[in-house]
Amino acid sequence: MNPFSSGTRLRDMIRAIRACKTAAEERAVVRKECAAIRAAINENDQDYRHRNLAKLMFIHMLGYPTHFGQMECLKLIASAGFPEKRIGYLGLMLLLDERQEVLMLVTNSLKQDLNHSNQYIVGLALCALGNICSAEMARDLAPEVERLLQFRDPNIRKKAALCSIRIVKKVPDLAENFINPAATLLREKHHGVLITGIQLCTDLCKVSPEALEYFRKKCTEGLVRTLKDVVNSPYAPEYDIAGITDPFLHIRLLKILRILGQGDADASDTMNDILAQVATKTESNKNAGNAILYECVETIMSIEDNGGLRVLAINILGRFLSNRDNNIRYVALNMLMKAITVDAQAVQRHRATILECVKDSDASIRKRALELVYLLVNESNVRPLTKDLIEYLEVSDQEFKGDLTAKICSIVEKFSPEKIWYIDQMLKVLTEAGNFVKDEVWHALIVVISNASDLHGYTVRALYRAFQTSAEQETLVRVAVWCIGEYGDMLVNNVGVLDIEDPIKTVTESNAVDVVEIAIKRHASDLTTKAMALIALVKLSSRFPSCSERIKDIIMHYKGSLVLELQQRSLEFNSIIEKHQNIRSTLVERMPVLDEATFSGRRAGSLPATVSTSNGASLNLPNGVAKHSAAPLVDLLDLSDDAPAPGSSGSDFLHDLLGVDLAPASTQPGISQAPKSGTDVLLDLLSIGTTNPVQSNSSALDILSPGQDNQKPIAALDVLSSPLASAQANSSVGASSMIDLLDGFAPSPLKHEDNGQVYPSIVAFESSNLRITFNFSKPPGNAQTTLIQATFKNLSSNAFTDFVFQAAVPKFLQLHLDPASRNTLPASDNGSVTQSLRVTNSQHGKKALVMRIRIAYKLNNKDMLEEGQINNFPQDL
Amino acid sequence: MHDSHARFHSPFSFRNFNLTSLLGRRNREKRKKVQCPRFTESARNSQFLFYYRSFDLSIRMIRFILLQNRQGKTRLAKYYVPLEDSEKHKVEYEVHRLVVNRDPKFTNFVEFRTHKVIYRRYAGLFFSLCVDITDNELAYLECIHLFVEILDHFFSNVCELDLVFNFHKVYLILDEFILAGELQETSKKAIIERMGELEKLE
Repeated sequence: MNPFSSGTRLRDMIRAIRACKTAAEERAVVRKECAAIRAAINENDQDYRHRNLAKLMFIHMLGYPTHFGQMECLKLIASAGFPEKRIGYLGLMLLLDERQEVLMLVTNSLKQDLNHSNQYIVGLALCALGNICSAEMARDLAPEVERLLQFRDPNIRKKAALCSIRIVKKVPDLAENFINPAATLLREKHHGVLITGIQLCTDLCKVSPEALEYFRKKCTEGLVRTLKDVVNSPYAPEYDIAGITDPFLHIRLLKILRILGQGDADASDTMNDILAQVATKTESNKNAGNAILYECVETIMSIEDNGGLRVLAINILGRFLSNRDNNIRYVALNMLMKAITVDAQAVQRHRATILECVKDSDASIRKRALELVYLLVNESNVRPLTKDLIEYLEVSDQEFKGDLTAKICSIVEKFSPEKIWYIDQMLKVLTEAGNFVKDEVWHALIVVISNASDLHGYTVRALYRAFQTSAEQETLVRVAVWCIGEYGDMLVNNVGVLDIEDPIKTVTESNAVDVVEIAIKRHASDLTTKAMALIALVKLSSRFPSCSERIKDIIMHYKGSLVLELQQRSLEFNSIIEKHQNIRSTLVERMPVLDEATFSGRRAGSLPATVSTSNGASLNLPNGVAKHSAAPLVDLLDLSDDAPAPGSSGSDFLHDLLGVDLAPASTQPGISQAPKSGTDVLLDLLSIGTTNPVQSNSSALDILSPGQDNQKPIAALDVLSSPLASAQANSSVGASSMIDLLDGFAPSPLKHEDNGQVYPSIVAFESSNLRITFNFSKPPGNAQTTLIQATFKNLSSNAFTDFVFQAAVPKFLQLHLDPASRNTLPASDNGSVTQSLRVTNSQHGKKALVMRIRIAYKLNNKDMLEEGQINNFPQDL
Repeated sequence: MHDSHARFHSPFSFRNFNLTSLLGRRNREKRKKVQCPRFTESARNSQFLFYYRSFDLSIRMIRFILLQNRQGKTRLAKYYVPLEDSEKHKVEYEVHRLVVNRDPKFTNFVEFRTHKVIYRRYAGLFFSLCVDITDNELAYLECIHLFVEILDHFFSNVCELDLVFNFHKVYLILDEFILAGELQETSKKAIIERMGELEKLE
């Protein structure tokens, strides 16, 4: 006998594995066992095959791979004895599933076993078929299973019934074959067969309308009678659970009656009485009884209308709601959610209890209850419900606040009877849980505030008060800052005080600025808040002249901010305050009223869209907004018609209006040249930003200069740089000597004659001491070669001696340098040195020229060395 | 091993149950590291959900049954839907995480992906059934208890070790109780008798 497979019994192996103290030890034991089992498989060991497979199953349960044992299952199934077959089928169900190809090999064994004379073996085969049957097997073996539905032993009949369910689910076409045998099962007395028969009928109804019709016509009355018998049956110890005979059978019966009664008034009528009896007579002090009641309620809710029964059902749910058991309350909430579509009025009666469930300690109950409350809200009860929910918001768990806030906001928005109430409730939510409020919610609030012109004063004062207590709620701070920026004067002058309003102690201008200053200086404030605060400040600077200096100081504080957005904004606003007094007041006028319809439409269209603040360039507010004709620049701020951009979402809307453009600082500097937001356009108009193009140009050069291989960007860059460079060159040329003039212009007509192409000259290199200008020409008939005339000019006040110019090019270029015109370079305006270069580009048309240069000279008898790279050659050289 | 038996208790008082005999074993188990693979959120959701969605949601059945101890060792895992081994391990790991730290005062139902897990704790063992979201939770709770009673009856005073050493018998009992994800027999007596007949054939 094989020394490995002789090994251990199953029990010993389990013991050995359990004795392992570490995972590594366990792996070692498993590895050893697996090796032994593999060896046994290779030897085709007969005696221990089923023991080995049992071991493999245990190993499989521990999570180790056991695919090598799959064929052993098939061999065991094919063997004759019951114990072998039993382990074989067990292994088949555990180690394989319907998707494995190997399974096809077992179909034949299954067929034989289904026809076996030993009913226990038939039982094994049915069990395996029920658990892992694939569509092909279902087709092949359906006749056998159908026949077994009439087998004499009930154990086989019930297994065959469940097998049929699996077959019908896999191949719905086979359903009609099973309708008649299934119907006979419904007359069974044996509970096991009856329950599986009912289950089979239920599933047949789901896959086949004919089956549903058939059972409805022929079996409804029979099933009602069966249920009646079960309900009224005397104590049966075998099936008794908590004083109820077979609650599972009750439940299955109620379930099939539900399917038969749904959409059929006659069938529903037939079952009314028994449903009423179940609903009233069932004991509800044990879980089993409640399970039946629960199923009964669902059936009553689903079948055709019977007012009396429904009241009964809702009352049962009401009782469930006040049950101490969490499970019962949970299912009651679940069911009420379904019931609300049937009878909302009846559910409303339990509102108070449901509201209590929102405050439960169990998260799953809270969640259900909150969803239910949300469905229960209507115009008439929105006020008390919201009040309760907001009160609860104060004490609820942190992790629940998010859900709760979202729901309250949604309720308030949907059902608010008037604006002042809406604003009040929203302010309460923001005060309590502002950190949990989503962006679109506070955006919507601002839109509403903006539209409620008679409430501006009221709102800004309420926000001011709220800010004093809850400055840590981010969204509250944002809304407060926005409102103070817009309506700060109303806060200070107490404009539009309503009767209901608490008198507020006088707020000075500097108090109002305090709020914004706190918001912007608070460490926790995020970029959006800070940016909004800056805008509020610039608006206040015009409204509160007395605080103008202070505001300017705060704004200037951010000129050094590391966040590009704030830095830029601070500089822009500062120049508005300093240099543009005359237009400032019109510039910072109140924002035009925001269009509610546009906003809500946009929100509806973009609800799933994520808040993308970084794309920056989304501006398309239709100009349906009333605008102040006296404020042309304000119009530019909401710049809309001429810059429609796709992909704008509701959340961008406000950013656009506010000009809060949260482009991250990492955006390439070159992009900032394009007018992309209101502020930039404004900036261009005011010509504050003239330094911008130059900066971005040079930084773009910086990005591109290292690395010689990036030819593509260089070409693109030329477009940007060469006009600039030539302009500079021209201006210098214009101001300097004759030679320059000649150098600059003389080759041009020549080139014109040669090949009709003129290349602008470039400033190839410039330092504090030296400028090198390149002029280009092409020899006729040779496109690859470029003649370069380099002109060196000394910018310092002392002459250069021992002047040497060197150049290097990448491999695809060939360079020939002629000697320089001389090796001394006189100071400033006293002349220049020229040198000719000839470059041959072997990849002409594909790659642009690039060159690295080094210039050595002596200045005041000191060796100087300058190096650089030239990337700004014209294209097509 | 029958000297240190612990009885599974009736569900209505199992929280106060004396765990002494199981405690000794549990401490030993503790020294072994439970290998729980960690998965990223995205990997967790992908294939499994796809697989489940291919099932018609109106077809109600038990998707799988798990029996795990507090350390997360699987003592029985029966799947009525086809899943890859790796998916099964994920499911077992996740279900264990869901149920093991839940407050006993909370409901016995937890939402799990697109389904619902009905679980019940007996001493150190968690019995979990994964069912459709709209199915009757209370009935499955009763179902778990009936299964435990059958085990208890069969092993006369069942404890975790019985289930470990006789795992194949547990599977056989389960096959007599539930088949193809549906309840097959509701009589404890019938199942015990049937098991007796099958044992005789061994």
